[in-house]
Amino acid sequence: MVKEIERTGLPVVHICTVVPISLTVGANRIVPAVAIPYPLGNPTLEHAEEKKLRARLVKRALNALTQPVDSQTVFEK
Amino acid sequence: MSKIRVLHYINQFFGGIGGEEKADVPPSIREGKVGPGMALQGAFRDEAEIVSTIICGDSYFNENLDKAKEEILQMVREVSPDLFIAGPAFNAGRYGVACATIATAVKEELGIPAITAMYEENPGVDIFRKHLQIVPTANSAAGMRQAVADMVPLALKLARGEEILGPEEEGYFPRGVRVNFFAEDRGSARAVDMLLKKIKGEDFETEFPMPVFDRVDPAAPLKDLSSATIALVTSGGIVPKGNPDHIEASNASKYGSYSLEGFMDLTSETHETAHGGYDPVYANQDPDRVLPVDVLREMEAAGEIGKLHEMFYTTVGNGTAVASAKQFATEIGQKLLSAGVDAVILTST
Repeated sequence: MVKEIERTGLPVVHICTVVPISLTVGANRIVPAVAIPYPLGNPTLEHAEEKKLRARLVKRALNALTQPVDSQTVFEK
Repeated sequence: MSKIRVLHYINQFFGGIGGEEKADVPPSIREGKVGPGMALQGAFRDEAEIVSTIICGDSYFNENLDKAKEEILQMVREVSPDLFIAGPAFNAGRYGVACATIATAVKEELGIPAITAMYEENPGVDIFRKHLQIVPTANSAAGMRQAVADMVPLALKLARGEEILGPEEEGYFPRGVRVNFFAEDRGSARAVDMLLKKIKGEDFETEFPMPVFDRVDPAAPLKDLSSATIALVTSGGIVPKGNPDHIEASNASKYGSYSLEGFMDLTSETHETAHGGYDPVYANQDPDRVLPVDVLREMEAAGEIGKLHEMFYTTVGNGTAVASAKQFATEIGQKLLSAGVDAVILTST
């Protein structure tokens, strides 16, 4: 899905837990997520802390959208 | 000759531990055969015996790739089998990746013959086909009997150290390995043969199939986040409560597009997941864990992004055919483009 949307020319960032799958399907900007049932959360945290965690991941994803890449890139930070 | 000692790897579902709610169980080992091991044992007759079975949760394996691999390799070392079989995994993505990862590790790091089996669209195939023999199966466990019948002869050959012929003769996914052999006719004669067949419009088989690379070049980055319209798309199945368009829990035949207007935060009152391939408890409690509307609204208010696009697009990426996903995304991409969206965040579970 990432690939077909990016084919239109829009930059797409893929937030996902299983990075090897994202790499094989051909995502160009990848942000590793927390866990399969909660990629952007963590139920063991307090709500406010969990939201901070989510904000960090979303900011990382937005930052990835502003970075030029010439091949598949995993944004760990 | 003594019986070949087989170690079998399966997931929490086939191991009878539980469904998605148990997908986070760490690996454990049991003596003898479990679940699909019964069918394998039947096909082995007296030639091989499943001595132990390792059971591991699919999410545990995929979320802790290195750790899970090391834990399981240690179990394999202790058993020291003659043959390692993983799966079959059919079209279960995480299970397929787990089977192919661990079978490859057993083969390459421990030097023990290893094999697995799954459906051709399982992501495990493309990641690992170069490393080991993966036997094609149907896309669901209804194909178990056939999968076992196809796996066992090749598995036994591997364990006995016999010569493994090409993928067509033996029935596994091509690994891209070239083997030299003496052909009866010389190259020029074979080429002319092929050309004549082509001219007559007959079928012919190339000796040098070209790999298909379907890659999309990275799109240009955003210049200015603070004026950009960002859209959310997910394969994690987030839908308005009640799943109004009845998106299927697996093998989805459609996607949905829903308004985010007025939503500052997704809650258990307003949204839920339709996905049948992971434990839905956490996404149902707080759908922002999959579709991060709450934090994007805050960033919108703070001027960090221009705006959050008023529609989100969603489907269920669970055993969904690649052709369907492709078609959904082509349509979604066009809609986003014509709506003036600048960039997309796509989340997957």
